[in-house]
Amino acid sequence: MPEQLVFAMEVFANGLMSGVLYALVALGFVLIYKASGIFNFAQGVMALFAAMTLVGIQNGQVPFAHLINAIFGTHVHTFGWNISSAFALILTVGVMILLAWAVQRFVFRHLVGQEPIILFMATIGLAYFLEGFADLMWNSEIKTLTFCLPGELCLPQGMNLAIDDAAYNAWGVGFFIDNLDITATLVAIVLVIALVAFSQYTKQGRAMRAVADDHQAALSVGISLNFIWVLVWSLAGFVALVAGIMWGAKSGVQFSLSLIALKALPVLMLGGFTSIPGAIVGGLIIGVGEKMFEYCFGIGQCFGGVINLGGATENWFAYVLALVFLVFRPQGLFGEKIIERV
Amino acid sequence: MFYREAGDFKKTYSADNQTFPIKIDRVGYYLALIVAFLVIPFVINDYWANAILLPFLIYSIAAIGLNILVGYCGQVSLGTGGFMAVGAYACYKLMTSFPDVNIFFHVLLSGGITGMVCVIFGLPSLRIKGFYLAVATLAAQFFLVWLFNRVPWFYNNSASGQINAPERMVFGVPVTGPNTEAWATYLFCLVFLVLSALIARNLTRGMAGRKWMAIRDMDIAAEIIGVNPLKAKISAFAVSGFFVGISGALFFALYLGAVEVGEAFGITKSFLVLFMIIIGGLGSIFGSFAGAAFLVLLPVVLKVVGVDMLGWPTDIVAHLQLVIVGGLIIMFLILEPHGLAQLWRVAKQKLRLWPFPH
Repeated sequence: MPEQLVFAMEVFANGLMSGVLYALVALGFVLIYKASGIFNFAQGVMALFAAMTLVGIQNGQVPFAHLINAIFGTHVHTFGWNISSAFALILTVGVMILLAWAVQRFVFRHLVGQEPIILFMATIGLAYFLEGFADLMWNSEIKTLTFCLPGELCLPQGMNLAIDDAAYNAWGVGFFIDNLDITATLVAIVLVIALVAFSQYTKQGRAMRAVADDHQAALSVGISLNFIWVLVWSLAGFVALVAGIMWGAKSGVQFSLSLIALKALPVLMLGGFTSIPGAIVGGLIIGVGEKMFEYCFGIGQCFGGVINLGGATENWFAYVLALVFLVFRPQGLFGEKIIERV
Repeated sequence: MFYREAGDFKKTYSADNQTFPIKIDRVGYYLALIVAFLVIPFVINDYWANAILLPFLIYSIAAIGLNILVGYCGQVSLGTGGFMAVGAYACYKLMTSFPDVNIFFHVLLSGGITGMVCVIFGLPSLRIKGFYLAVATLAAQFFLVWLFNRVPWFYNNSASGQINAPERMVFGVPVTGPNTEAWATYLFCLVFLVLSALIARNLTRGMAGRKWMAIRDMDIAAEIIGVNPLKAKISAFAVSGFFVGISGALFFALYLGAVEVGEAFGITKSFLVLFMIIIGGLGSIFGSFAGAAFLVLLPVVLKVVGVDMLGWPTDIVAHLQLVIVGGLIIMFLILEPHGLAQLWRVAKQKLRLWPFPH
């Protein structure tokens, strides 16, 4: 195969993989939006918070160590133990459920019946709060995430390894795919199947869909809205945790993790806010689109380099694509048709 | 006792229609103007100007602009940072291309240019609504910042990629560049703020403002009673862009002096201005001032209390600030969705009856 074609295919495959990661974040949005009509801007920060909590628990960091030291003049930093990843994972899930409960109890319970845009702004506030809270709790240094399940089954590290170790050389023609990306894709597929199975075949899943359909009708057949909302926020927290682990392993656990939430927004707009398949397809389109656009026009590799925009087009391509797309189809690819009444 | 409209009879239509119908409000307003124009310039020093007063004045203009779009017309925008950047770069290009023209006109013109850019990005609002639009304005934010970073024409091919404000005079007194006096920059910004507030206040209580509010409350219903949504939305984007552009130009030329676009006009700036109008009060000019003052003062107060008095490390105080701002946003949305402005209104209402509430 000609070298350029191989390279283009590699870009394409990389796009697909990062698309999967965008879709993971977008999934959390869709879950909450369907069940409660809240457009959760804090999803990305939840991923950051989850990843930081996981790392913090694993390394035995003392929560709020900095704050405690500042107030009491002590010098505590770590408990001095290392907890296995699996146990830390369970604890983190517990923390995320607690967070879901707190968010529901202290924020959105008081905002029931408000306009969607007010709820949206409340989640922006929540994002800020959570970001500061996470930094206070686990301090804001960049952390590396090593995640190993029992039986030496470790999550591959991202770009910080040499290319030969970190990548899988498919077909022996110099066509490299990141090992981590392959793992992420598999995990995402499993997660989506599990979520779909949960919402189709379990009692709670059915209740969840009922709430998504019609709040009042669900209430009248005896479904507790509060419980469902906590459940949905917990699920979204879990999805955020998975996304946080994947992104954290890829590029380190740091503030920029919360920015992937911004990238997930155009994914949602493409796929429609209410559709799980939409989130996945949208994620793939955005992931491939922005990588190919950068390759072709950003650094001018296609068509003899006629168009060269000077790189870094990834920053805005997704948004502009979504914007142009929305003008023609305001409800997204798979979204429900918007009907407006006076 | 003293805050009464009883006995304050209006004899003409225009007297009945004035901005501050109650006498004590009117007196307070003129008093505030006198203090702002005639007292503060004589007592101001560099610290007060740079830490509090200049950011307050400039952010107030931006908040007024955004409040017209979000609070009055109901079109949520997350692109404020990008539009401020348009104002800043327009001002820079004008200042360097036409050095003989007074900077006053440069700032006004850059407001106009930003208004036009804002209209272009506002056009999709006719089809896209609610938070779809909010996300669409993110396209403006990221695209504009990228554009100013990548196209050398905008920063006159300077090696650092930064833009630096050259020295410009107003009445022989430098207002931009390295040799400025605090009172000169302060007065220059104040003039723009007062003008903006006057224009905004009168626009929003006139026909244009009523149309915007009709669109905000329910656009289809507004369309049916004869409000042209195209004109209403586009005019809101244009006016909002004008004010935001002015604030961006002032922010660059008078306050910072040198700007690197990603740092000064990033997405955090968009959120900051949005928070100002949420905390201050959506759909209120006074709220724009209150919110800007609050969010300008909060970091200063936190720094004085946390770093200087308690001796905590700065990073903890910075994180604490995030927590407090986020918590306040949520608190305001729950307790008082109309922000500080509504608290002020309630206080005035109470004052009318005080001390005999029955």
